[in-house]
Amino acid sequence: MLTEAYIPGTSPLHRARPLWKVLGLIVICTALFAGPGWPTLGLGGAAVLAGFALARLSPRHAVRALRPLIWILALLFAVQLWLSGWALAGFVVLRFAVLILAAALITLTTRSSEFVDGLMALLAPAPAWVPKARIALAISLALRFLPMVRDLLEEIRQAQAARGLERNLIALAVPLLLRALKSADDISAAIYARSFDAAD
Amino acid sequence: MSPDPSTVLTLQGVSVVKDGRTILHPLDLTLAERRIGIIGRNGSGKSTLARLFNGIETPSTGTVRLGDRSERRALRRAVGFVFQNPDNQIVYPIVEEDLAFGLKNLKLPADEIRTRIDAVLDRFGLADLRARLTHQLSGGEKQMIALAGVLVMRPATVVLDEPATLLDLWNRNRLMQLITGLEEQVIMVSHDLEMLAGFDRVLLVEAGRIAADGPPAAVIARYRAGAAC
Repeated sequence: MLTEAYIPGTSPLHRARPLWKVLGLIVICTALFAGPGWPTLGLGGAAVLAGFALARLSPRHAVRALRPLIWILALLFAVQLWLSGWALAGFVVLRFAVLILAAALITLTTRSSEFVDGLMALLAPAPAWVPKARIALAISLALRFLPMVRDLLEEIRQAQAARGLERNLIALAVPLLLRALKSADDISAAIYARSFDAAD
Repeated sequence: MSPDPSTVLTLQGVSVVKDGRTILHPLDLTLAERRIGIIGRNGSGKSTLARLFNGIETPSTGTVRLGDRSERRALRRAVGFVFQNPDNQIVYPIVEEDLAFGLKNLKLPADEIRTRIDAVLDRFGLADLRARLTHQLSGGEKQMIALAGVLVMRPATVVLDEPATLLDLWNRNRLMQLITGLEEQVIMVSHDLEMLAGFDRVLLVEAGRIAADGPPAAVIARYRAGAAC
């Protein structure tokens, strides 16, 4: 996740404008799918690895980026192996892994506020009726509160487990929704208390 | 030292009614002291009163003024507000980004934002938290960052709504030390009567009315006597 991935640093990749990084990602993705098989994959992989080295990121960060998707990669490999054989299965999984690492390279070197600022810059020419500050705030709030909702979910799950309730989607969702809505009122007040109405 | 009249909060005929229920009955107040406490039972209306000062709450009748100004924007700019639960106040995922939030809203230049963030982090000894993820901070650290996020905007007055409720004793003492050292006017809602003992003035709110208003010792004694019944 963007909020948890950022590794502080001063490398050229850290300092590059988020817009250029996203454009670079688009170029790599397009080349990996449109270019000739293994040579493009080799070049793309080398470029991503060079990016990791340039940003002074360790292999541990690459492993951490891939770990949540390891089962999907394994499933993909198994299906391709069954359908097309070893060579294509290896190619598809490696291509997917390079794509994930390329995206991770951006999240590891870019602060969420830089994304938001970049988005604000992109929206700058938009007409006055487009609520630019609100759009940017909505994105930063989502990034800020996803971990909080995840913690809240775990807290509710543990409280219910302590009272003997095993996993039950509705029993989890209802208190989560109620607490999230209650927090939303306070969050909204807090945002305006910090002069957000002066931002639009 | 007498306060600058342009930064004195005054409430004239202010009441708050919600869904037909009177939360605050009409009241007049002038808040010129440097340290003002607000106490009262749960649901007495003390938080609603505090939220009027920053313009978060809109009065049903009357006006809240800062000097001779009553626009909500002027109130928000001059009066900072620290909430009970810092999780609901911290907006950005990284400490430095969150501290910049209010300053960007004020459209300050980037250099000024950086200078002010450096100053507030140094002032509170929080420089090592600058690049930390806000959701990974301890409760005490979050409350300090919430307070820093308000002070970085350089308000004339800071309103704190039960800021120590979720803190352990160590962090409560640290917060109290910080609050004691603030140059800004402080208005604090609190159940922690010990924290208010050194204040200049305490208001007791009961059932939406100011039941007592004066030096801490007398008002707190009355509150304690009521609670003992």
